[in-house]
Parts: sequence; C-alpha cells; structure tokens
Amino acid sequence: MPLFEKPGRLLVILTLLLLTSAMHASEPMRIAAASDLRYALDDIVNLYREVRPDVAIEVIYGSSGKMTTQITNGAPYDIFFSADIAFPQQLRNKGLTTTEPAVYAIGRIVIWSNILNAADLTLEDLTSEAITRIAIAQPSHAPYGLRAKEAMQSTGVWDAVQSKLVFGENIAHTAQMTESGAAQVGIIALSLAKFPDLARHDHYLIDDTLHNPLTQGYVVTRRGGNKPEALAFAAFMATDKVHDVMTRYGFVIPE
Amino acid sequence: MYALGPAEWQAIDVTLRLCLYTTIILLVLATPLAWWLAKGRSRGRNVVQAIVSLPLVLPPTVLGFYLLVAMGPRGIVGNMLEGLGLDHLAFSFEGILIASILYSMPFAVQPLTEAFSNLGRRPVEVASSLGAGALDRFRTVIFPLTRSGFVVAATLTFAHTMGEFGVILMLGGSIPGETRVLSVLIYDHAEAMNYEAAHSLSLMLLIFAFTTLFVVYSLTRHFQIVRV
Repeated sequence: MPLFEKPGRLLVILTLLLLTSAMHASEPMRIAAASDLRYALDDIVNLYREVRPDVAIEVIYGSSGKMTTQITNGAPYDIFFSADIAFPQQLRNKGLTTTEPAVYAIGRIVIWSNILNAADLTLEDLTSEAITRIAIAQPSHAPYGLRAKEAMQSTGVWDAVQSKLVFGENIAHTAQMTESGAAQVGIIALSLAKFPDLARHDHYLIDDTLHNPLTQGYVVTRRGGNKPEALAFAAFMATDKVHDVMTRYGFVIPE
Repeated sequence: MYALGPAEWQAIDVTLRLCLYTTIILLVLATPLAWWLAKGRSRGRNVVQAIVSLPLVLPPTVLGFYLLVAMGPRGIVGNMLEGLGLDHLAFSFEGILIASILYSMPFAVQPLTEAFSNLGRRPVEVASSLGAGALDRFRTVIFPLTRSGFVVAATLTFAHTMGEFGVILMLGGSIPGETRVLSVLIYDHAEAMNYEAAHSLSLMLLIFAFTTLFVVYSLTRHFQIVRV
C-alpha cells in the first residue's frame, strides 16, 4: 500500500493536514445557563443578535450545580444563569465573580405528562398504582429537582413514591425522559412545559408554598469581567423586551 | 433529513481533528512501548501493562473526573502550568486530546504488542547480523512484517476516540469549537428534544464507523495474503 511504504510522503500529507486545521478565532462570549432556560434564552439571544450582530455568543446548557463545579474548576464561561441564586452566591464567596449575583426571575414547577392528562393530577395522585415512574431532576445538583423533592415531602408523598422515581441529569433531560413516555409523569419546569412541543399537553402548576422559592440568579464571572460584551448582555437582561420573553415562558419577574 | 448546520460542521471538525491527532500521537508513543512490552518477561512489564490497560476497565467518568481535578486550576498539572504563565488544560481542546490519548492507549498498544510478539526474534536478529541499524531495521524489516498490527492499532484508536463521550463530557464542558465533539452534540440535541438532528447525526456516525471498519478489515485480509 503506497501510503505506508513511503513514510516520507505520509509525513508530508499529515503535516499539511495539521497546518490546514482551523485556527482559533477571537473568543466568543460564552453563557452557561440552567437547562430550564433552554428555549427562553435561545429567544433572548436571537433578540440580542438583532441589536448587536457583531457579538458572537455561545450558550451551553446544563444543571446549575454541575456548571458551578465547572466554573470552580476553570470552565471558560463569561456569564452564568443559575436556576438557584445560591450557586452564583457560592462562586461569589470564592471570589470567582465580577458582579454581585442578581435575581432575574422566579421559576415554578409543574406536573406534566405525555400520556395522562396532567391537569387532572395532584401531588397526592402520584402515589396511585396507575403511575409507575415519576421523573424528577437530580436533587443534589439540579434546583428544580430539589424543589420537586421539597414539594413531595411537604405533601407527605415522598416516602411512598421513592421506588418510582427516575432522575434526570438536569431539568431538560427530565423533560425529555417524560416526553418520551419512559416516565409516565414528570415534575418539570413551567418554562419547559410552555415550549410548543410540550404545550400540546396540559400541566398542573404546583403550589409554590410547598417548596422553597426558585429564585433564579445570574452573575458575570471573573473571566467575563474583562469582556464589555458580557456586561452589556447582563444589562440587556433588565430590559422590557427580555421581561416579555421570560413572562411568555412562565417566569415571574420580581419587582 | 435534517440539514447539517454550522454547529454540526463545527462538531465534525473538532471530532475529526481530535481523532486524527490522537491516532498519530498514539502510534508514535505506543510503538516503542509495545516493543518493550513484547520483548521480555520482567515484573516491571506486568505493572506497565496493567496501567496501560486500565482505561479498558475503568468507567470513563473516573478517568474524566481525575483528569479534571488534575488539569484544572487547582490540580497538580494545572497549577504547574499556571505557574509557567500558561492556561490550565481543563475545558480546552488540548485537554481532551491528552484525555483521548490516555483513554485510547490500550487500543494502540495491545495490537502492536501482539504483532511484535508474533514477529519472533529471527528476522530482527538476521537484520542486525547483516549490519542494519535500528531505524533501518524498523523501516525495512519490522514495519513491513507487522503492518497489519499498525493498521488495526490506528483504526481502533481512531474509531474509539470518535466514540468517546463520558471523559470528554466531564473534562470538556461541551464548548462549541473546542470540546463539543459529535457524541456530545448528539446528546445535547436529544436533551433539547431535537430528535431529527440527533437521528441524522447518529445515523451518519454509524455509517461512517461501519464503512471505516469494513475497509480496514478488508485491507487487513489483503495484507495477510500478501505476507507469505
């Protein structure tokens, strides 16, 4: 085989391949966002691109806890939108932020199902034998999962449903598990239940007195402090246009 | 069928670069290591063989976790690099490249070790006695006779790196253009319920993997017929 018999020629070809690899462009602004913002933030970023088409923005979604760990370990994010303000607060305490954590919305949890009519269900119904699998996000690092656990504990069903629980890595993963029917019922974010594909089915809004509030906070990281675009985007979040998008997805904007 | 957008092409670019660089670097590193492992019996060799084979047995998350800790700004490697004024390696292409090299090492070393063992001592001894130097012996005697071992090592390394997920997710953070490889992009699409995109990319990967393996095994058979 000619390519292997002439190592010199192989070396030249490989070197050319290496040299023609993509060079690093100037760094875009990177936003780390909790998965419950998946569709809302996509809309907001598109709005921002109309105003500032010159700014390259990348959004990476995940669970708030995981992203906090990543930022602590040096992840290159400029802004962090968490589903629980406690996480950006942790970063602030470690000196890893430029701004003070600020609240951008209050989130809500809902019961949702692709198979049953969730509007007719309550938390107590989750103990019934007809429901065999309930999906929630992992309470240890996903705020929406933790609130689901708190709500179930408040209504006294937590112990009864233990054996039926399946855990998503983050709230979007949880929604996906429920949407696929693998779990008959899931406790997901209201913002995700409003997404067109999921809004086909009704949801049951869980009483927010049953759990700690989902005070969602964001912060500009120490890394992002050097980027004027990051601070500009943070300011953009406070505008009416953005509040309209957030409200459309079921978030409550604090006064 | 979902049309490939810029995000998909970017992920393909990152994945191909990762696979190519990992394969080249591993072939260079694995060859002397496999040679040493094949020729000898000492206990030291057993220890090294066990360490090299660890990625076969360990869950990828373990490797990813330890590498994240070591390479991040608070880890041994990260600290050293930052002391030298360089960036730490977590969440960078260079970081996942190192992770890939470690993760795919057994797939390069083992086929080569086997090929070198099967070679026996005669051909190399004869070449030395006729006055061939080390590089000459490798180029004209060892390599032509163990070609199929190199082909298998290169193919397995390339294919294994293409399928890497857990390690890259732990260490890479899914940064577009840097560490978001195809497997991570597919996972992201599935999570966002973009099923059409996830399906198209998965199918593409499946066809690519099958074609590569088919071509390589056909070549291997060809080499075995050529070698008398």
